[in-house]
Amino acid sequence: MKGSVGKIFTIFWKDILLEIRTKEIITSVLVFALLVLVIFNFAFEPETATMGLVAPGILWVAFTFAGVLGLNRVFAIERGNSRLAGLLLCPVDHMVIYWGKLLGSFTFMLAIEIVVTPIFLALLNLPLLLPRLILIIVLATLGFTSVGTLFSALAINIRARDIMLPILFLPIVVPVVIAAVEATVVVLQGDPWGDMLTWLQIMIAFDIIYLVVSTLVFQYVVEA
Amino acid sequence: MNKTEPELTTWAIEVEALSKSFGNNRALSDIDLKVGRGEHVTVFGPNGAGKTTLVRILSTLSKPSTGMVRMDGEDIRSDPAKIRRRIGMVSHETFLYDDLTVYENLKFYGKMYGIPSLEEHIHEVVSQVKLESRLYDRVGILSHGMQQRVSIARAMIHSPSVMFLDEPEVGLDPRAVIMLRDVLESINTPERTVVMTTHNLKQGLEMGDRVVILNRGKIVYQASKGDIDMANFPEVYEHYTGTAE
Repeated sequence: MKGSVGKIFTIFWKDILLEIRTKEIITSVLVFALLVLVIFNFAFEPETATMGLVAPGILWVAFTFAGVLGLNRVFAIERGNSRLAGLLLCPVDHMVIYWGKLLGSFTFMLAIEIVVTPIFLALLNLPLLLPRLILIIVLATLGFTSVGTLFSALAINIRARDIMLPILFLPIVVPVVIAAVEATVVVLQGDPWGDMLTWLQIMIAFDIIYLVVSTLVFQYVVEA
Repeated sequence: MNKTEPELTTWAIEVEALSKSFGNNRALSDIDLKVGRGEHVTVFGPNGAGKTTLVRILSTLSKPSTGMVRMDGEDIRSDPAKIRRRIGMVSHETFLYDDLTVYENLKFYGKMYGIPSLEEHIHEVVSQVKLESRLYDRVGILSHGMQQRVSIARAMIHSPSVMFLDEPEVGLDPRAVIMLRDVLESINTPERTVVMTTHNLKQGLEMGDRVVILNRGKIVYQASKGDIDMANFPEVYEHYTGTAE
């Protein structure tokens, strides 16, 4: 177990090091997410009642599509030089590879959300620190990346992978995105904790289902 | 005898009635092959003969459709992680990360294999492939020949007892092929079992104790080096495959 955790972090650190060198995921995904926010900000007046209703949707549209863009890259870096074969030849359970890659995609997406969320809140004239929103983002990102990492591995050998990933992945992850949007509505309207409890429970339940199923299924996805 | 222990065998690799299909396409058909411990077997065959598919199955990267593969008497599907610890693989693809240095690549793979005294091992394998001076260069700036030598160092990092070489010379210029051959010969120790696939008849004959010709997914010829007339082997190859080297 201890050895497996060490190897999960070895894969994670390798992905971090590669991202520091290439900046492929962070740059493209961050620019995309910011662009979505800016465009929607021009479409809706910040002070109007309409903005209060659509704002959670705008935030999660930005995170969802930016996330898909990032997930496309998670296993794409293992495609060249048959690096995935190199990883699969290592004497580890394949779930170690899944968890290493998951940790990387979760961290990359969270890093982007840390930058994008304060800008989003500032555009809406909302307080920059909303602890409940942080909790929603962490839970939704975990669900999103846990199943997204699996689909990223699935898409690695598909010819039209850039198109196929969102088509295959988004219908599966929709429950978490809907729950995140609804919970964000509660937070932005300043409603009490109790009103978002159901949505939090839905996110936690789907996070657990996605993590367990993806961990078990991953080896069948990567083995020919 | 303890039932949990593998049966003692002199064979490093045993392949029985192995077949592999991709949809309706049969890539391998009823392959039977035994490789002794320390034996060096060269597998020849034209493009599409099934050489890479065979190596992928032997190295646990791919599952056979039917048949059995044993390594040191153990079914390779019973505990693949344990089997992989004994395997090193060099392919025409290097498995290396272009944006990491030679050192970082070897350190990554070394950690994945859980190698103790990793620093020492890295310097040892890098000196074997004669790339000490390029240890801190990014792999992406090295020539393909040098990258292939780093790939050999990567495959050697855990001192495997079985080495699979899948057309390692593909894409290299003649000078790099000679350099690669020297490096491969240096790792070709009598204790290490080697299975190599290649198009290069001369190199394959030099490095193998036994030669196998694979054509259309079947073993069509095999002979020990001593039984082969080296001068006439190109004609033998052409006879069994219908193609020249």
